[in-house]
Amino acid sequence: MTNEQIAQDLVAKFGEDKIYGIMENYGLLNVTTSVDTIVPLLHYLYQHPTFKFQFLTDLAGIHFPDAVGQELGVIYHLHSLENNVRLIIKLYVPIESPKVPTITGLYATANWMEREAFDFYGIIFEGHPNLIRILNVEDMDYHPMRKEYPMEDATRQDKIDALFGR
Amino acid sequence: MSDVALVSSPNVGIAKSEENKKYVNELTTLNLGPTHPATHGIFQNILTMDGETIIDSEQTVGYIHRAFEKIAERRPFYQITTLTDRMNYCSSPINNMGWHMTVEKLLGIEVPKRAQYMRVIMMELARIADHIICNSVLAVDTGAMTGFLYVMQWREHIYEIYEELCGARLTTNMGRFGGMERDFSAEAIRKIKHFLSEFPKGLREFESLVKRNRIFMDRTTGVGAISSDRALNYGFTGPNLRATGVDYDVRVMNPYSSYEDFEFEIPVGTTGDTYDRFLVRGEEMWQSLRIIQQAMDNLPEGPYHADAPHYYLPPKQEVYNNMEALIYHFKIVMGEIDAPVGEVYHSVEGGNGELGFYLVSDGGRTPYRLKFRRPCFIYYQAFPEMIKGSTLSDAIITMSSMNVIAGELDT
Repeated sequence: MTNEQIAQDLVAKFGEDKIYGIMENYGLLNVTTSVDTIVPLLHYLYQHPTFKFQFLTDLAGIHFPDAVGQELGVIYHLHSLENNVRLIIKLYVPIESPKVPTITGLYATANWMEREAFDFYGIIFEGHPNLIRILNVEDMDYHPMRKEYPMEDATRQDKIDALFGR
Repeated sequence: MSDVALVSSPNVGIAKSEENKKYVNELTTLNLGPTHPATHGIFQNILTMDGETIIDSEQTVGYIHRAFEKIAERRPFYQITTLTDRMNYCSSPINNMGWHMTVEKLLGIEVPKRAQYMRVIMMELARIADHIICNSVLAVDTGAMTGFLYVMQWREHIYEIYEELCGARLTTNMGRFGGMERDFSAEAIRKIKHFLSEFPKGLREFESLVKRNRIFMDRTTGVGAISSDRALNYGFTGPNLRATGVDYDVRVMNPYSSYEDFEFEIPVGTTGDTYDRFLVRGEEMWQSLRIIQQAMDNLPEGPYHADAPHYYLPPKQEVYNNMEALIYHFKIVMGEIDAPVGEVYHSVEGGNGELGFYLVSDGGRTPYRLKFRRPCFIYYQAFPEMIKGSTLSDAIITMSSMNVIAGELDT
């Protein structure tokens, strides 16, 4: 079972308009998909007789402010423990309505991972049983990992970016 | 906790009286934490209890959240190593080296064999330090203080070995991109050899106190069990997953840092209960000793770091006497060096499971995005399911045996 086989199988099953951005990063297959395909895709990979991607290693949010219409991303790290193959699936949503279907129905572990992505990026996982902040305080009114929020207090005068090469 | 105990006024005990009948079906809400001594960290569990039985629980985490992922987006790579120290502080060298290996993967740096073996030795020592804490504290939570005090001195010996390698004890910041900061000194080798010859006695002593102890076994067997299916679905990794019978170990599945050179076994449990987790960690310490012994016996000669001047901080003596070293030192410290564009995921077997680093670099001096896969964060969410229907004292030892570390959970 090679990365090429997986990519070909997924394209054959879901079509080229749903599975794109296929590339290999340091031996790790990356594919990009659309919001409406993600749940069927993960179910397909879970139930596939040979692939058996049944372990969700991680779920990460990401923010690209310059990609218009695709500002926020969700990155799923899957692992097929039987074949010892990893797979990364990405999807992007516009920042105005960052709605992604939840996968807590398939993976119990996605519960907190999705809460974390919601907490830090404001990605709304539709159907999530308890989508509230997890690591930040409840009354926070922004999503701090988005790129527009500076790490430090923007009103500070004593740290000049030019001096620190920033 | 004390509030509940104090309720037993003389009248309450008489369950049959009409006055008390209305309380029969009432549930109690109990706040376990955030600063409860038995949770070994700042965790809050809001338990709903029916008498002594836990019906449901809800966790609150994030009390020591320090925004490491956000901070990392503003820091040059080598400054992020100190952030990783503070995740699983019981086994910081594993975190440090996992991060170093991630960046080396991105940069394509080939690490010399000697440095790889040195890393293996330090990582396995860190694993022993981590498991010592977990297992001995589990014994403390069941009421056995002695074993804990006995094995603590061995952690002290491990910390002394850390000191020889990096000068620090807890938050080690050990090693650099491309290898180790310094070679093993004669003193370090003496200390490791001393540890290898003496620690088995200490560990055996601890095991003789606890492992087949009737009281300990009664307290832990069948407590906080989880099936392998549920554990996988919950994303368990590390000793907690292996206690359920799944032999997933990153060191074997995706060997890094020459782990393929060593012969060792992956201990697995059967029922995934607290006692199995204890046994798996105990056996892992023996396997770690085996690995360290093999690495020490076959420690290759040669350089202890790669020739990667753009990323490897030069020795201080060189900085004062050599122009190139001074330039590189300045550039590294000021973060003037841009990393290549790329995305890389690397994982190591941390003390608690698969510790992953997902690094997205846009070619700048800092990561564009850095996601830490913290095993604690992922498996702690199974806690309510694991303690459902058990008593409060069982919940405490379940949590203890899962080795939930607040620093890693909250980043």
